[in-house]
Amino acid sequence: MYRSHVLVCGGTGCTSSNSPAIIEALEKEIKAKGLEEEVKVIRTGCFGLCALGPIMIVYPEGCFYSEVKVEDVPEIVEEHLLKGRMVKRLLYDETVHGQEVKPLKETQFYKKQHRIALRNCGVINPEDINEYIAYDGYQALAKCLTELTPEQVIQIVKDSGLRGRGGGGFPTGLKWSFTAANKADQKYVVCNADEGDPGAFMDRSVLEGDPHCIVEAMTICGYATGATEGYIYVRAEYPIAVKRLQIAIDQAKEMGLLGKNIFGSGFDFDLHVKLGAGAFVCGEETALMTSIEGNRGEPRPRPPYPAVKGLFGKPTTENNVETFANIPTIIREGAEFFASMGTEKSKGTKVFALGGKIANTGLVEIPMGTTLREIIEEIGGGIPNGKKFKAAQTGGPSGGCIPASLIDTPIDYDNLTAIGCMMGSGGLIVMDEDNCMVDIAKFFLNFTVDESCGKCTPCRIGTRRLLEMLDKITSGKGTLEDLDKLEELCYYIKENSLCGLGQTAPNPVLATLKFFRDEYISHVVDKKCPAGVCKDLLTYKVVKDNCFGCGMCAKQCPASAITRTDYVAPGKKLAAFEIDANKCVKCGACESACRFKAIVKE
Amino acid sequence: MLKKISKIPFSGTKEQEEKLKQVIAECAGDNSQLMHVMQVAQDIYGYLPFEVQQMIADGMGVPLEKVYGVATFYAQFALSPKGEYAISVCLGTACYVKGSQEILDELSAQLGIGAEECTPDGRFSLTACRCIGACGLAPVITVNDDVYGKITAADVKGILEKYQ
Repeated sequence: MYRSHVLVCGGTGCTSSNSPAIIEALEKEIKAKGLEEEVKVIRTGCFGLCALGPIMIVYPEGCFYSEVKVEDVPEIVEEHLLKGRMVKRLLYDETVHGQEVKPLKETQFYKKQHRIALRNCGVINPEDINEYIAYDGYQALAKCLTELTPEQVIQIVKDSGLRGRGGGGFPTGLKWSFTAANKADQKYVVCNADEGDPGAFMDRSVLEGDPHCIVEAMTICGYATGATEGYIYVRAEYPIAVKRLQIAIDQAKEMGLLGKNIFGSGFDFDLHVKLGAGAFVCGEETALMTSIEGNRGEPRPRPPYPAVKGLFGKPTTENNVETFANIPTIIREGAEFFASMGTEKSKGTKVFALGGKIANTGLVEIPMGTTLREIIEEIGGGIPNGKKFKAAQTGGPSGGCIPASLIDTPIDYDNLTAIGCMMGSGGLIVMDEDNCMVDIAKFFLNFTVDESCGKCTPCRIGTRRLLEMLDKITSGKGTLEDLDKLEELCYYIKENSLCGLGQTAPNPVLATLKFFRDEYISHVVDKKCPAGVCKDLLTYKVVKDNCFGCGMCAKQCPASAITRTDYVAPGKKLAAFEIDANKCVKCGACESACRFKAIVKE
Repeated sequence: MLKKISKIPFSGTKEQEEKLKQVIAECAGDNSQLMHVMQVAQDIYGYLPFEVQQMIADGMGVPLEKVYGVATFYAQFALSPKGEYAISVCLGTACYVKGSQEILDELSAQLGIGAEECTPDGRFSLTACRCIGACGLAPVITVNDDVYGKITAADVKGILEKYQ
């Protein structure tokens, strides 16, 4: 029996900010004080509040220490673990309330969250199957195998209203029933963990924080659809996730929860981990299967759909990590429990990866139908540095953006589609007034041009032409006619591409054109970038009356474009400087060197 | 994605070849293991020169063009060697909106090489990578296994100095 448990986040964010060294120091320090029989250190999955990492929680008090450094460890051990006095200065300020400590659940960041997919992340040790079992793990599987028929399992998933969390939002129960209806000697279950959307990391957190729930859910899916083998296709860039998945599979096999004759029911199921190698298109289901088979990950035309002819030509059910992560809870708690959350057509919760210009970056899981305002202003803690909210980008390179005017939109599949956006995997990147929307569209096009597999012409050539047009616009050579051409080409690519990548690639352009057309017009008509991002459209100037003539700017200028003039501003002693626009390379070094704000870009 | 193909002569050792042959022997006959073999080969050699691709093709009983096709398709496979210190700048969306392009430009200026290139002395190589999933720390760069988060272009010089 331990009197105290110290949970340290071992998710990717905190590992990057050095939590392994903290765990090591903790264990050493605890040993030195002779507390190893009383205090247990546990490495957990992601807590979600990555911005404040590395994170540590001490139970039973529930103290939330943030931004812990290795140097702080002796103090925590000495003061808190030995003497029982919290180290106030390291507590997350939102949890400190006078002399009392508020539970984490009552802080702004966690208050509106409802964790289902992430329920065990940051709670259990992901490398220990016993902890998962202690939190009701594998109960859902036991219930399926011993009490329910495959048809009943599918009915529960259908009734829950769960829809695919990878982006498309296809009803999961329906998908399972298609595969179940096909007779074959071999069927497969595939888990799509090729999280390619830059800016989304919920799948990674689930795999790292609660790998057993994916193992359990895939086995349930196998039982329901009649498959006996499963593949988890995970990015090689996620080494921690790969390692923990493998540990989870080995442990489950050892306990007889995976393999032959599970729970004595006569049902066999086996799982393999396959490493992806970094190709965005492999997030598309047919491309992913082609990749598992050992080929270039190019998509296949549908039909035949994977439910008929999928992996190795056999009927296959493919779901995303977050979709699977919801399954055990749905089976355990019942379809009504899940369906009681969310909106009419989007049930349950959704995990969002909050990033960009927002105070609390991290992972949040909220009921469908929560408004963007609640996400940004309450959970996210608003925009830092007093800047104004401009837009939120969802759905990554396939999605669009939600402008400030639509901040009260309740977020669900259908509302986002209605405004020309897309749920996508749940990346939510917040942008402020310093971000140029044309530049953002160009950024995503750059991405899709790079990632287009080249199989179909509309996508391969079309996206490149789109990028060239955007380049023309951001370099000040665009015309109003180009905007019309841009839009026309977008629709053409959408309608004619083979797979989801091409069909959605123009979305970032279309969405920005729709909501921020005035910014495009500034670029082509006034030849100005209102946000001051597009370098070709900027000029740096010295405001001579503010210039003290110190010469710091000229010293920093790599192009020797700054020289002294004869003009001495009133009240100043030295002559002011000026910038030769023909020589200026627009690096901005002068602006950051000037201490008197005498250099401006416009 | 266009890949830079190295002109540096191949210098594999016997031990490396032994290791590769062992993995090929385990997987030969199962074409779905091709990517796995190539991933291991890249771990052994650091990149996939033609000589290694040829060995894999022969061992797995597939045409070289298939191995080359897979190698050029996936971002993870490198056709030119990495520097002693491989620097990756995350250009995922979260990092990009927080200015990671400026950091890449600064690194490029300091090192005198572009993205996907290696310094002539083989010390540093520079890549622009997609999201590494540490968006909470944006903008992020990695130098081998060290992660630097929440940095600005001004921090670049200090970080490079640690590896000089």
